[in-house]
Amino acid sequence: MNWSQLFASSIGKKITMALTGLFLIIFLLVHCYVNANVFFSNPEENFNRAAHFMGTNLLIRVTEIGLFLGFILHIVQGYKLELQNRSKRSVKYAVSSGNVTSKWYSRSMALLGTLILLFLIVHLIHFWVPSRFGGLTEVEYDGKTYHNLYGQMQDVFAQSWVVVLYLIGCFSLSWHLLHGIQSAAQTFGWAHKNYMPVIKNVGAAFAIIIPLIFALMPICLHFGLSLDAGSLTLLF
Amino acid sequence: MQHYTMNLTLKVWRQRNNKDAGRFESYPVNNISSEMSFLEMIDVLNEKLITDGGDPIAFDHDCREGICGMCSMVINGRPHGPWEETTTCQLHMRAFKDGDMITIEPFRANAFPVVKDLAVNRGAFDRIIQSGGFISVNTGNAVDGNSLPIDKDMADEAFAAAACIGCGACVAACKNASAMLFLSAKVSHLSLLPQGKPEKKQRVVNMIAQMDKEGFGSCTNTYACEAECPKGISVVNIARLNREYLGASLSGD
Amino acid sequence: MLDSKIPVGPVHEKWTKYKGTVKLVNPANKRKLEVIVVGTGLAGASAAASLGEMGYKVKAFCFQDSPRRAHSIAAQGGINAAKNYQNDGDSVYRLFYDTIKGGDYRAREGNVHRLAEVSTSIIDQCVAQGVPFAREYGGLLSNRSFGGTQVQRTFYAAGQTGQQLLIGAYQAMERQVALGTVEQFTRHEMIELVIIDGKARGIIARNLETGELERHFGHAVLLCTGGYGNVFYLSTNAMGSNVTAAWKAHKQGAYFANPCFTQIHPTCIPVSGDHQSKLTLMSESLRNDGRIWVPAKQGDNRKPNEIPEEERDYYLERRYPAFGNLVPRDVASRAAKERCDAGYGVGSSKQAVYLDYAAAIQRYGKAEVSKRNLGNISAEAITNLGKEVVKEKYGNLFNMYEKITGENPYEVPMRIYPAVHYTMGGLWVDYELKTTIDGLYALGEANFSEHGANRLGASALMQGLADGYFVIPYTLGNYLADDIRTSNIPTDHPAFVEAENKATERINKLMSIKGKQTVESFHKRLGKIIWDKCGMARNEEGLKQAIAEVRALREEFWSDVRIPGEINEFNPELDKAGRVADFIELGELMCLDALERNESCGGHFREEFQTPDGEALRDDENYMYVAAWENKGVSDWVLHKEELKYEIVKPSQRSYK
Repeated sequence: MNWSQLFASSIGKKITMALTGLFLIIFLLVHCYVNANVFFSNPEENFNRAAHFMGTNLLIRVTEIGLFLGFILHIVQGYKLELQNRSKRSVKYAVSSGNVTSKWYSRSMALLGTLILLFLIVHLIHFWVPSRFGGLTEVEYDGKTYHNLYGQMQDVFAQSWVVVLYLIGCFSLSWHLLHGIQSAAQTFGWAHKNYMPVIKNVGAAFAIIIPLIFALMPICLHFGLSLDAGSLTLLF
Repeated sequence: MQHYTMNLTLKVWRQRNNKDAGRFESYPVNNISSEMSFLEMIDVLNEKLITDGGDPIAFDHDCREGICGMCSMVINGRPHGPWEETTTCQLHMRAFKDGDMITIEPFRANAFPVVKDLAVNRGAFDRIIQSGGFISVNTGNAVDGNSLPIDKDMADEAFAAAACIGCGACVAACKNASAMLFLSAKVSHLSLLPQGKPEKKQRVVNMIAQMDKEGFGSCTNTYACEAECPKGISVVNIARLNREYLGASLSGD
Repeated sequence: MLDSKIPVGPVHEKWTKYKGTVKLVNPANKRKLEVIVVGTGLAGASAAASLGEMGYKVKAFCFQDSPRRAHSIAAQGGINAAKNYQNDGDSVYRLFYDTIKGGDYRAREGNVHRLAEVSTSIIDQCVAQGVPFAREYGGLLSNRSFGGTQVQRTFYAAGQTGQQLLIGAYQAMERQVALGTVEQFTRHEMIELVIIDGKARGIIARNLETGELERHFGHAVLLCTGGYGNVFYLSTNAMGSNVTAAWKAHKQGAYFANPCFTQIHPTCIPVSGDHQSKLTLMSESLRNDGRIWVPAKQGDNRKPNEIPEEERDYYLERRYPAFGNLVPRDVASRAAKERCDAGYGVGSSKQAVYLDYAAAIQRYGKAEVSKRNLGNISAEAITNLGKEVVKEKYGNLFNMYEKITGENPYEVPMRIYPAVHYTMGGLWVDYELKTTIDGLYALGEANFSEHGANRLGASALMQGLADGYFVIPYTLGNYLADDIRTSNIPTDHPAFVEAENKATERINKLMSIKGKQTVESFHKRLGKIIWDKCGMARNEEGLKQAIAEVRALREEFWSDVRIPGEINEFNPELDKAGRVADFIELGELMCLDALERNESCGGHFREEFQTPDGEALRDDENYMYVAAWENKGVSDWVLHKEELKYEIVKPSQRSYK
């Protein structure tokens, strides 16, 4: 069997989803790490420096292309699978078994993914577009000029509706991950009966903790909360 | 166990044949004993329908002891009804109470076209087995049964997978009408045993190709199949299938 | 006298000699020869697979939606084989002897010896196919005990041995379908046999999905259609199990042998009411560990757990100390009936006895304590350990019991009662499994040959697979070797047209009656007549009444049955009507056969013929023969006898005391 046959098969398509999904999870980790700066002392400078590093490092910029491709593949393949799978039962059931036999979020990955996508578009317009194409104020640290992305955040998250929107995005992400991580493990066949519970629990912890950290950011900025208790060891 | 009788309303899917669009019809059934099986309750209704000059409800059933896999039906949204690890024929009316309204539908999947009413065509499962669900050994070729010791745990696990009755509840329960649990049970049964190892790679590749061809959906790991399987087949088998498929693809020629 | 064509020579050399000298068909010719296999249970699927592997062109038919649904799948306990893996004195001879004795000396020595010989190959074949038999921790195959034997020779896969064996045969057959040697027809029922120049040359099959009639040619026709236990309406058979194919062959000239030999299985779940549609077996393997008892006092209404040990009557252990709870099925069933008839029955219907696991749970619990070195632990903990062991051995059966009855068998003794399970009678076949019609063969439960008047547990699976895997591949070649010059007969041959017309006429007639009573109601009435008068105990007067009643029922059926729907659609009621019509005719023959056999043997118990302590009293002087009935028309049969000669085993009164 060759590669094109593999990825054309039903399992191959799932492998595409799992691979891209896991790749996007790595991005989430890095993003989350950068975000975490705002909870600690000297948030503005640390955050802006970190953002600057992410925006200028060549390796990161190259990876960013991969990231976009990963997103597109995950989204397109996801929708294609959803449509294909929906077409396999032309006459629907009158009564559904509801949540007795499966989790609602497992059945709603396309819906959750769509919510995340909508959130993502808004999010890109808020931050990524201005940092790439201009429109941000600038600050100076040690004689070097940086985009004041932190300032942009303060402006954006001052609006309550934006905070609510971001929270919806984070909840969607959490549920998406709650299913997605263990599902990817199952697709790769890592689900041994002894390890399955471990994978499930670690995946669930990740799916709750990471989106929680994301969600805390707009909340903290909106209400001006800060831990101000130390600092992350900066790589930047 | 206290026995009781009940009156029920059945909302049943009626469809003359595969070309007919189908619709629900309601039937009252009275004086049903809690000791009856679900199918015996339908027998009662059918006898009445025939006597009254109506058309009895067509449904598949044969052994009525939970092993042949012929009975199907989705009862109140659940393939084989509300009891865990139970086929429709083993479901008893104790599961219901007086005044209940019960909705009965066929197993719905494009790969299982309706024959009539609640009976569907599951020939796709036979064709999936034909594509690789066997060990190629002609009659008379075998060596002594004890010449190949098999780890008891392995044999037990193979047996647990081989317990699949091919009823199709997994397909009926899956939101994608995927046949992965059925497939994975067969792949696991055969590849866990040393006798099945030589054909392991072609088996998994060919069976998946046939499943895709038959028009089943793909697995999105919601595990509704496992929850509805009357024989308790585990989704760990699906993981094994995925692993074997990936392995066969990466190492195949 | 009928000639069974058993090869001459010492019994243990007959089969070897036959195989060594039988005619063969060369591979090129096999490809030109077509074989029709009706039924896809153990016998049919294994035959179709084996013949396909050899190169024959096979057409396999089943009435279910998949070959894997055949009722062999429901066999629970196991399959016998003379492997002697347990080193407990088993041998081919002992399996042969046990089967002959268990059959109450009404089976053929030659056939039974062959069965015992090939039994070992069956296990090997099934293991190679991937049948997951139970194993010991050392990785070797495990065995259990079964009724009627004193060795452990039964191989098993939990309580689903039939399922696993059938799936093995089914997969082998599906492999041939993929290779193009076997063509499979599901939801098809044979409703007529086509005979050309005295040879079976094809069938008329009805496509049950569309109602269309189809003509199929074959150089030979194999009927692997199972037994006729459903003549009783309530039995452990599947709802669709029927005699139609065999009966059509019978009406065309195939003799029907020993129809009154039916097996009543002792351990089934009792009838719970009039709504009952079928009965469920609890595997005989349960008698390994369970103890059967009734209260020692008549009409004792106390709950079973409230009846103290000394007020219980373990009647099998009392009457048959050597075999105890493991006496053969006919003996165990009659003993249960005797207790219930005498007023000792339990449960609301009083038609049940207890099968108790309390002692086994304690025994296993204690064994676990010493095995795991647990020292002094509470009685409750011992009980729980015991329950775990019982659960591992019989869990699925206990679950099934609980689902059906709503009672927890780990806590309360199970209630059981005998039920119709298997039919030893069937189409008469010779040593080659050929019926009295040339080119028509009968395999598995559909024939009559190996079990005499009573079948031992775990031998039905053995016989079905022996016939399909290891007997028919040789014997069919012997017939087809002379047929290689016969090219395919086109299905517009007048014999096909005539057979189809006959079938059409019959269906039209059924549909045109438009009476008032349902097919089901006739079937129930038939079942009641046969169960009451030709069931576990029979007598002359009852049988004569039964014959009259069945005849009247037949008249009534053909004038007042109501079949809804159309001919050319999926119409299960029409399918059932055809089957019930045949059962009614068979019912009459069963009673006739039972009436003719003035002795008691195995499953046939004539009340007039019993020993002073109530055991079956055979009459070897006058009845040591196979009764093969030839049909001459409506209610018209001629008896042909095949004398049974015992060269090795000396018939004696069966004793399990």
